[in-house]
Amino acid sequence: MSEKERILKFHILRYNPQIKGDTPTMKIYEVQEAPGMTIFIALNDIREKQDPSLQFDFICRAGICGSCAMIINGQPDLACRTLTSKFPEGEIKLLPLPGFELIGDLSVNTGKFMRAMSERVESWIHDQDADNVDLDRLEERMDPDVADEIYELERCVECGCCISACATKRMREGFLGAVGLMRLARYATDPRDKRSNEDFYEIIGDDDGVFGCMTLLGCQDYCPKDLPLQIQIAYLRRKMAMVR
Amino acid sequence: MKVVYTDSLIIGGGLAGLRVAIAARQRGYDSIVLSLMPAKRSHSSAAQGGMQASLGASVKGEGDDEDVHFEDTVKGSDWGCDQDVARMFVNTAPKAIRQLAAWGVPWSRVRRGNREVVINGEKVTITEKNEAHGLITARDFGGTKKWRTCFTSDGTGHTMLYAMDNKAIELGIPVHERKEAIALIHEDGVCYGAIVRDMITGELIAYVARTTTVATGGYGRLYSVTTNAVISEGIGCAIALETGVASLGNMEAVQFHPTAIVPVGILTTEGCRGDGGLLLDKDGKRFMPDYEPEKKELASRDVVSRRMTEHIRKGKGVPSRYGDHLWLDITLLGRAHIEKNLREVKEICEYFLGIDPVKEYIPVRPTQHYSMGGIRTGATGESPTLKGLFAAGECACWDMHGFNRLGGNSVAETVVAGMIVGEYVADYCQTNPLRIDTKLIEHFMDKEKNKIRAVLKRSKGESPIALKKEMQQIMMDKVGIFRNEADLTQAVEELKDLHQRSRNIFLRNKISSSNPELVEAIRVPKMIRLAQCVAYGALLRKESRGAHAREDYPERNDRDWLKRTLAYWKDENEDLPQLEYEDLDVMKMEMPPGSRGYGADNTIHHPDTEKRMAEIEDIRKANPKADRFEMQQLLNPIELPEKFRGKNERIGRGFN
Repeated sequence: MSEKERILKFHILRYNPQIKGDTPTMKIYEVQEAPGMTIFIALNDIREKQDPSLQFDFICRAGICGSCAMIINGQPDLACRTLTSKFPEGEIKLLPLPGFELIGDLSVNTGKFMRAMSERVESWIHDQDADNVDLDRLEERMDPDVADEIYELERCVECGCCISACATKRMREGFLGAVGLMRLARYATDPRDKRSNEDFYEIIGDDDGVFGCMTLLGCQDYCPKDLPLQIQIAYLRRKMAMVR
Repeated sequence: MKVVYTDSLIIGGGLAGLRVAIAARQRGYDSIVLSLMPAKRSHSSAAQGGMQASLGASVKGEGDDEDVHFEDTVKGSDWGCDQDVARMFVNTAPKAIRQLAAWGVPWSRVRRGNREVVINGEKVTITEKNEAHGLITARDFGGTKKWRTCFTSDGTGHTMLYAMDNKAIELGIPVHERKEAIALIHEDGVCYGAIVRDMITGELIAYVARTTTVATGGYGRLYSVTTNAVISEGIGCAIALETGVASLGNMEAVQFHPTAIVPVGILTTEGCRGDGGLLLDKDGKRFMPDYEPEKKELASRDVVSRRMTEHIRKGKGVPSRYGDHLWLDITLLGRAHIEKNLREVKEICEYFLGIDPVKEYIPVRPTQHYSMGGIRTGATGESPTLKGLFAAGECACWDMHGFNRLGGNSVAETVVAGMIVGEYVADYCQTNPLRIDTKLIEHFMDKEKNKIRAVLKRSKGESPIALKKEMQQIMMDKVGIFRNEADLTQAVEELKDLHQRSRNIFLRNKISSSNPELVEAIRVPKMIRLAQCVAYGALLRKESRGAHAREDYPERNDRDWLKRTLAYWKDENEDLPQLEYEDLDVMKMEMPPGSRGYGADNTIHHPDTEKRMAEIEDIRKANPKADRFEMQQLLNPIELPEKFRGKNERIGRGFN
């Protein structure tokens, strides 16, 4: 308990598109560090004591919901679980996540993006019988390993870090991105989804899909959930290449 | 004036809200879901450990069925629940889980053969049956006779919510994000929708609907330390209260979870103890067996939380700069198990505590976790006093939890209530065409506009954030795990004062569009009112039941208190809620009040309890051939929507 309490310097991008004539500027806020302080705690402290207009998004503050991704000293990450002690110089620069519509300051509209992604890859089980299942009877069996494997791919929290870290996405507006490819890989693994490789090809069999990926792997480097994005994208690409 | 019309308006995009929207949509009714954020970020996603449903596929769940689940739930509630609703719930839960399996949840499955588990601190080998291989498995949780908690690793809520939201997307159900309902539109005892604020533009929009369903979750953020998400502020409950017509039930019933990490209050799942984790004190001693020799760490949550607090008070806590805590030891479960089945816990320990739970103990303390109270509804999910207003999930007092909820019964409630209430919502849409005068909409719209205008104009006054902090501290210090007359009286007085001060909120940031301070200004007075309902209800309830533990009234008093608190706020100018009570009818109970089996039984019994027990005995004798289904119909006839009435199949047992 001998940590000495530092004064942290936060450099935060401020811009509210709702205010006519507002221009983006970097503002500096000083915060006294406390033991175990996260960026979540620090930002709330700034909002309470210094600037009540500061916008940011936190929901679970436990690294579970994916709301709070932002660029922290140049790298996308979940702010809620980033401890300020990680930064020995005590300087922390925060920018909103690129690749998404800006709502204001550090808040971006990932929801709109993710809904569109889900609609595009048809992020649901495709099985004509899914709604006619007799709920009174034993559920369909699934190999325990397959269930575990699906869960591994379903741990994505739609935080958007992979999109912000993707150079392809930066160059190609329509690129689906790792989050969408991963979602599709999840359904491709799931025996309950009756879609064929040909069906998946219709969705991702072009340069806006799996063939657009330049394998720079920013997605893999920055995924806060350590999802196997690189491998899954490679699998998908091989699968899709075999379709035609 | 911007007005949006729909058949079924749902406020809240978590599991319960989405499930209601899906039910209404599948019946052909237009549904719109309002959400503070993307639906997949709802607090439902934080449910780690699992969902209770009596599938009985795992060998440790053998012999489980609806009846056993019912018994556990009623006992867990300390007989405070509505037994009709508990019955509806347990009978439908297996269907809910099977439906979610068809919709894509990758439930962890039974693996045939031997596996090593930790039970009561010992490594034990259990053998799963060949014929159960591939069915949905379950883990142990507190307060349950069988291993009944189905799970996907420790990301159960996440996978359920993703499957549910994906289903909603498949059905084309719109989720209007970053929209906050700030008032309900109602007249002559009928609800017609809500006045909604766009949190980006600040625009007020009237959403007008045949039915309005509130599914906004709990009110954990009334407390300064809680496991709940920052959005769990109870605003859905508050706007129902502010109608003056709908009531809130049992608001004083607030659960504390035994194992949240210190100091930030993030939850580590009950699965830690369910899977064999132990609680240790400052001497490294396992203390729960001394207090609860039978259930030990897996006693009901309220019991474990109180025992931990007692033990800390005896000086056995581990001192830290954040106050005393205890240890949760999962090291005995081994790395492989932790990395597979308790992975979120591991991540939380690494990121927030900088420790590896495979090797080190986790500092934990009981922390506010769940709101049993909420919008009082009948068994159909509709408010008995405000027609067309429904509620489902944690924000509702549908009342299957009474005064203490079992772990794993919460996400289970969200989907089961969503299924059942969703059908009744659709029924209501079918029989009640929308007739509304636009003057009524304008009236409510103007009222909200004027309130916001007044706040923005005020040049001095109270800071909403400061008021909120004061409220949270009062609740924490005086309306916590153990309660007493003196503290509660003070809390009620102090909250009354805060309520008055909240009429004079002033903002430093005076813009009406995207403005976090304005969001607080709208919410804080509502939260204070909810806090008043909790504190006042707790002060007047002179007994201990479930999570409501009065040091000055330690006994459960069925004679005088087998009743549900109903809080109303009938007059805006009042400074206290009006409390009424609704009796629980012992003569209709399938399971008359008895002992939960924790500590000494000092219950003051209800005069009807013996009478009802004798009556049940007579019914049993008169119907010697009745099977368990017929017996349930005789003792507790319930109504369920037609499609959920079938018997549930189990492995090795068929439909019996």
